[in-house]
Amino acid sequence: MLENIHLAFEGIWSHKLRSILTMLGIIIGIAAIITIVSTIKGTNEQIKENLIGAGNNVVTVSLNQNGNEYDLSWNPLPDTVRVISEETRQELENISGAEEVSLYYSRSYTDGFFYLDTAFNGNVLGVDRHYFSAYGMQIRSGRGFTGKDYTEFRKVALVDSTAAKSLFSGVDPVGKEIEFGSDVYTVVGVIGPAEEFTPTINSLNDYYLYANDGSGSIYFPDSIWPALYQFDEPQCVAIKVKNTDVMASVGKKAADLLTEKQIIGTDTGFDYRSADMLEQAQQLQNMSKSTNTQLVWIASISLLVGGIGVMNIMLVSVTERTSEIGLKKALGAKKKRILLQFLTEAAVLTSIGGIIGVLTGIGLAELISGLMQIPVAISAPAIIIAVVFSTLIGVIFGLLPATKAANLNPIDALRRV
Amino acid sequence: MSILKLTDICKDYIQGKEPVRVLKNVCLEVEQGDYIAIMGPSGSGKSTLMNIIGCLDVPTSGEYVLDGKNLHDLKDDDLAEVRNKYIGFVFQSYYLMPKMDAVDNVALPLLYADVPLKERRERAAESLGVVGLEDRIHFLPNQMSGGQCQRVAIARAMVTKPALLLADEPTGALDTKSGAQVMDIFDKLSADGMTILMITHDPDIAKRAKKVYHILDGELLTTQTGGGEDEA
Repeated sequence: MLENIHLAFEGIWSHKLRSILTMLGIIIGIAAIITIVSTIKGTNEQIKENLIGAGNNVVTVSLNQNGNEYDLSWNPLPDTVRVISEETRQELENISGAEEVSLYYSRSYTDGFFYLDTAFNGNVLGVDRHYFSAYGMQIRSGRGFTGKDYTEFRKVALVDSTAAKSLFSGVDPVGKEIEFGSDVYTVVGVIGPAEEFTPTINSLNDYYLYANDGSGSIYFPDSIWPALYQFDEPQCVAIKVKNTDVMASVGKKAADLLTEKQIIGTDTGFDYRSADMLEQAQQLQNMSKSTNTQLVWIASISLLVGGIGVMNIMLVSVTERTSEIGLKKALGAKKKRILLQFLTEAAVLTSIGGIIGVLTGIGLAELISGLMQIPVAISAPAIIIAVVFSTLIGVIFGLLPATKAANLNPIDALRRV
Repeated sequence: MSILKLTDICKDYIQGKEPVRVLKNVCLEVEQGDYIAIMGPSGSGKSTLMNIIGCLDVPTSGEYVLDGKNLHDLKDDDLAEVRNKYIGFVFQSYYLMPKMDAVDNVALPLLYADVPLKERRERAAESLGVVGLEDRIHFLPNQMSGGQCQRVAIARAMVTKPALLLADEPTGALDTKSGAQVMDIFDKLSADGMTILMITHDPDIAKRAKKVYHILDGELLTTQTGGGEDEA
């Protein structure tokens, strides 16, 4: 076998130009696949990094009706859905993989909040005591909600840094008052993520996914939510999970549990569904993946063409070396040995092509990454698969020429000189 | 002791639509230590006979016993094994591997007999010594003269210590002097007990053999004992 590999290298080396031209199809195909796969992987890893970097290992579960999120901004209070109790919250926290569970009210469409003449049009949330720790948020200035804020129904609010900018335009919001209807709420602090993280934004989709906080959020203690809106609203649930891998499974379990416990009656159209950023990100990924899968198929055609090229050259090589084959058979070489010699040569040829293709692919991926600001990540399994695959191409397309060589009749082979 | 025995060997080739009988009931017995020349004009069937004796081809009918073994019904790979074990070939145009040096060329048949590399080299070097090329061991074929190349080919043919050395016009491509050198080697090998069967159309070469057979139109004709005469 080693002898064969050695012979194959000698054969390839003695026909350098021909060998390179033969390998070209394989090189182009493998290079294209490596480039595409590296780009996909780069994008995926960036999505993950964005999510984890933003502390978003939180999965939310919310009420849905007929598959759409049930938004109380313009929908009436559903009378077949119970309010989530503290016992249920603790039950949710006991799901393996869940770390902290928060119940909160929310309005994504708001009207009627003012600071002086400025209207607020961001999110309004009524949060329990677990919310900020579940989301990993910290007080930036002022103070957070205290127990008494909850128990004494104090009219206090927290704003995030985006709301601080959009509503208070540069003034320190701590101590300022927000008007809603006839009531006044005092801003006691500014809250923000524990670590400032700037996600890498490459596309509009990325922007919506990671960076669009719009006008920001105002937070109230959940105990005063009925004063802002109404009693007995079904809450949303935010679950902080141990890591991003269990997000989907924890979300699913929580949603199933809530659907079972909270919905009164059957066929109401209501159920609880989970939504996590990873899932959304995966949907985005899938979109780019399907395009990329098509590209990989196109690149595979190049591999096929390359394989046929290899077969062609191997056939020429068998014809050229007829007398060599004839002599070897006369001296006692069996079919298997001749077959193996030519198979090895084809496989070595395409393997070298595969390796050159991988290197070219990595180079191309880095070049694209540099020129177009697209992230790339070189995938070791992809490289291994590419090289193994190119070897396989050599074996498959070398089979016909090698069989032809092995079956040569030694007399005919020797006669032709 | 009989090394090989051909009985009523016939060989047909299809030419156009009709089969042409190239060998007609050839009978031949070769004894251990024989030095035989088979002579015949081109087209007489001597190459076909040599191919059959060399197990490169199978007869249409007839019986071939080599070293007590009937070769009837052997498959390609079995024939390859028989060639490797029992027959050493010397061809008119040497057929050396151009990229291998002398010793590797000579060692080639041992590779197919699964002899380990070290032993292959040793035996090949020894064999090259017999043909007087011990100082050309690492020469490539294109660095050697035709006569030297043919001597390498003879070394290769005898490296497996075959039962029969089969030579097809061994001096056909050589000048008189190198041809004579090559023939001296055959004579020496024969003197050492090697069984040699040679095909030639050159009477001077055939003279060296102890027995000369003539082949004409596919029939093996007269048996002559002792070289030196060349009547048909």
